[in-house]
Amino acid sequence: MKVIVDEVKCCGAGQCVLIAPEVFDQREDDGIVILLEPEPGADQHALVREAAAVCPAAAIEVSEGA
Amino acid sequence: MSLNEQVLSYPIPNDTALEPPAEWAELRGTCPVAHVKLPSGDQATLLTRYADVKQVLADPRFTRQLNAPDAARLSAEGGGVFNSEISTIIPDGGAEHQHWRRLVGKWFTAKRMAALRPSMTEIAERLIDDMVERGQPGDLKAGLGFPLPVYVICDMLGVPAADRDRFSYWSDTLLNLTRYTQAEIEAAQGEFFQYMSDHLAAKRAEPGEDLLSELIAVGGPEDGGLADIQILVTGMALLVAGHETTANMIGKMVSMLLADRSRWEALLADPSLIRTAVEETLRLDANSGFGLPRYLPEETEVSGTVLPRGTTVVCSMAAANRDESAFEDAAEMDLSRSPNPHLSFGAGAHSCLGQALARTELQVVLEVLLRRLPALELAVPVEELERVEGLAVGGLRTVPVRW
Repeated sequence: MKVIVDEVKCCGAGQCVLIAPEVFDQREDDGIVILLEPEPGADQHALVREAAAVCPAAAIEVSEGA
Repeated sequence: MSLNEQVLSYPIPNDTALEPPAEWAELRGTCPVAHVKLPSGDQATLLTRYADVKQVLADPRFTRQLNAPDAARLSAEGGGVFNSEISTIIPDGGAEHQHWRRLVGKWFTAKRMAALRPSMTEIAERLIDDMVERGQPGDLKAGLGFPLPVYVICDMLGVPAADRDRFSYWSDTLLNLTRYTQAEIEAAQGEFFQYMSDHLAAKRAEPGEDLLSELIAVGGPEDGGLADIQILVTGMALLVAGHETTANMIGKMVSMLLADRSRWEALLADPSLIRTAVEETLRLDANSGFGLPRYLPEETEVSGTVLPRGTTVVCSMAAANRDESAFEDAAEMDLSRSPNPHLSFGAGAHSCLGQALARTELQVVLEVLLRRLPALELAVPVEELERVEGLAVGGLRTVPVRW
């Protein structure tokens, strides 16, 4: 699984950090997403998919199988 | 006559407190782009399908310029928060909006919210103790739902505890579309504006650890910060946006979970469901208020229907959240539903800035209630719960409970 985030689209809602804190964080100075783990391990896949699905700005892209 | 031919009155009247009006399903199915008449008599276009609402809320062509000369007025007295001049001081779109959003957004990160949890828990515990002391049945809305979010916001803005009740009154007045007279709304707005001007001057002289002091510390627009008037309006907007919405949602969330007590028992048995349960009550809130209005300065198409320039669109997130094409068994409450991409906080660049705060408050309230008052139940039959009329944000008048 490969994860890409779009910092321009990101609206800082923080849902991804609440759901998958091992993969996502937020910048201290403006709340914009930080991708901690672009190729997360299998134990994180379900959480990453959930984070991408609920992101209000559709700023998380997940490509499976990679 | 079908819904296609008639002009519906909007908001759609609904007698039940927690159930959706029957029209939603019919509109989603046969008339997803519907003509409606607002309380002002002006016409607007109502969207009820998940895909349409999500697309429009995230599309910058649908602006928030509800003060345009040909935009629909929401009520005869004006549009309350939506049409006010104050709403134009915070940049509406583009790079300027993003700049504002990021300056303020740092206060609403997941980490900041986690750090606020202990103090929120303490506030909730104290309010519940007071409610228990007054004896049962108690009103969970007046005792817990209404005060908790205003205490939290006042703390974030550095407003002293003694002034919290005035803040409650102002936010109630500014969000109401019909209950107060125009004179009362203007008076409240004037008092609130004056209070915030004095409060900012005090913070400038003696900065604290609060959001406003830090916005001042960034400097003016030339330093990458905000103008004084923008800081002031930001403070006002955070109260108005963050108080009544969350206050009402606390009452509705608890009512929805107690309406079928097996839900409450499921949460008692497995508190790890709290997070997804909160999301599911947000999704199924049938009484979330007006929805989000948008104004079209140029012709645009939605769901194959051309909307002319000058159209005012109303997005019903609550109707969209029950769209069967987006959620399996959409009408059913599933406390473990995941993912739950509901639209209760909007979508796109303008989605609710305070959503992490609201989520944290709702989770904390539920966690403390389950722990302190496991025997909690509604003190009246669900059918007797009454809606509040006249708010841009929907809620229940009271939430009578026993424990």
